[in-house]
Parts: sequence; C-alpha cells; structure tokens
Amino acid sequence: MAKARVKVPASVKKGEVFEIKALVKHKMETGQRKDRKTGQKIPRDIINKFQVTYGGKEVFSSDWNPAVAANPYIAFFLRAEASGDIKFKWTDDKGKTTEETAKLTIS
Amino acid sequence: MVTKIVMQPATRRDVMRLAGTGALAAMFAGILPGIAGADPAAAAAAIAKLTGGKAAKEGKIKMDVPQIAENGRTVPVSFEVESPMTDKDYVKSVHIFADKNPTPDVSSYHFTQHCGKAAVSFRMRLGGTQNVIAVAQMSDGSVYMAKAPIKVTIGGCGG
Repeated sequence: MAKARVKVPASVKKGEVFEIKALVKHKMETGQRKDRKTGQKIPRDIINKFQVTYGGKEVFSSDWNPAVAANPYIAFFLRAEASGDIKFKWTDDKGKTTEETAKLTIS
Repeated sequence: MVTKIVMQPATRRDVMRLAGTGALAAMFAGILPGIAGADPAAAAAAIAKLTGGKAAKEGKIKMDVPQIAENGRTVPVSFEVESPMTDKDYVKSVHIFADKNPTPDVSSYHFTQHCGKAAVSFRMRLGGTQNVIAVAQMSDGSVYMAKAPIKVTIGGCGG
C-alpha cells in the first residue's frame, strides 16, 4: 500500500521506557472533499487501524478517524523487556495493509 | 485624511500581509465546506456513549497543543496520562475528540502495561477554532477528561 518509516532506538537497557516514532504515507481521504470537476464527493479512504506487536503480543493499537492528518505520524512508548522484533501494521478502509518490522536490541 | 493617518504606521509589508490573508480566506471559503454540521453536542454525545454516562474526573491528563494553528490540515497534538503503567494500574485507552469537526471522533489509543508510559504524539485535522478533548479510561474503570482550545487560522477538513 504505502511506504512506512519507523524509528526505534539503536539499543536500550532492560526496563527502559523508550519512544517509537512511526510514519506512513497515505492521503487519508476524508470523504468530505468534492471533486472540483464532477461535483461528486470523493469517497473516504483512510487508515483506520494501527497495531503494534512486541514479543508476539499486541502491546499498543490505535483507531483512526478522518480527523487524523494525511501521512499519519505517531509517537508512543514501550518498555524494553527483551530483544526482539517490534512489528507495525497499518490497515486502510480498502483492507490494504502496510507492515514494517524493527529490531530491538537490549544492551 | 483618516485613511492616511491609519495607514501611516503600517509598513508596506503589513499591508501586503493583510491583503494576502484576505485573498487566502476568500479562496478557501469557496472550496471548504467549512464546519457546517459541526456540533459540540455531537462530541458530548460521543463522549457520553464511550463513558456510559459516567462522570469524568479532572486531572492526570497533560495535553500539549499549539495555542494557534496556522494550518488546520496538520496540527501537532501530544498527551500524557499520569499512571504507573503496572499490571494492576494502567491506562487502558485514550480517546481524542474535536467538538466542532464534521466528525467529532478523532482517534483512540489502546495501551497495555507493556507501554511503560501512556503518552502519544500525532497530527490531526481541525475544521476551525475549537476544543480538543482527551478522555482517558483507566484499568480501575475511572475516567479522566481534559480539554484544550486551539485557534485555527485555516481549516483542514475539506479542500
């Protein structure tokens, strides 16, 4: 679907609470806009769900409505428990998904 | 003569800026549906539905928003809810509402004890000057609410 970028610290200490930043490219069409030529409303097409799994468990998720800005950016926190993959998944109205994985290393 | 006196302290730059703002406003007024149908009561109803009519307490939520957003298309919003984020005491979710947007619901964030901190930054659209409301549901069932006004120069829900 779209390009995504995630930023996770290069290494963290066990128990440390660290910030993750994630950005995905998506126009987030609100469904409010009209096509200037036809006068028809442009159908809504937004990313409505963002999910994060860490150590195989869902640890954070978010539901989005049209008021979330285009190319949605989100920053949130996780507590470092073990080295492993942090997986990100965005799902849009058409059911298309974008996935991204970041490796977390505990020093 | 009066015009002359008023104009004197204004520099050419000020005048140009004023003219520019007017032109921009006129341009956007034509293509933006504005915030028609926006209703603070809809936001209140959405919040009541979420909390099951439970009274929300004040405090615990710290919101960081700009006082004035020049462009309603992308307004940075951050919040943090005070919580130890342990297995027994954590923030379950935070819901964001904008009381004068065409759809008052903005987004919901679901936390777990693995988050360590119930804080999020994101960017939202604002159709006009209004309040952004955060409602936090805690693991013990209590509800907290915070409100932050944002003044918007150019709306961001259409065009």
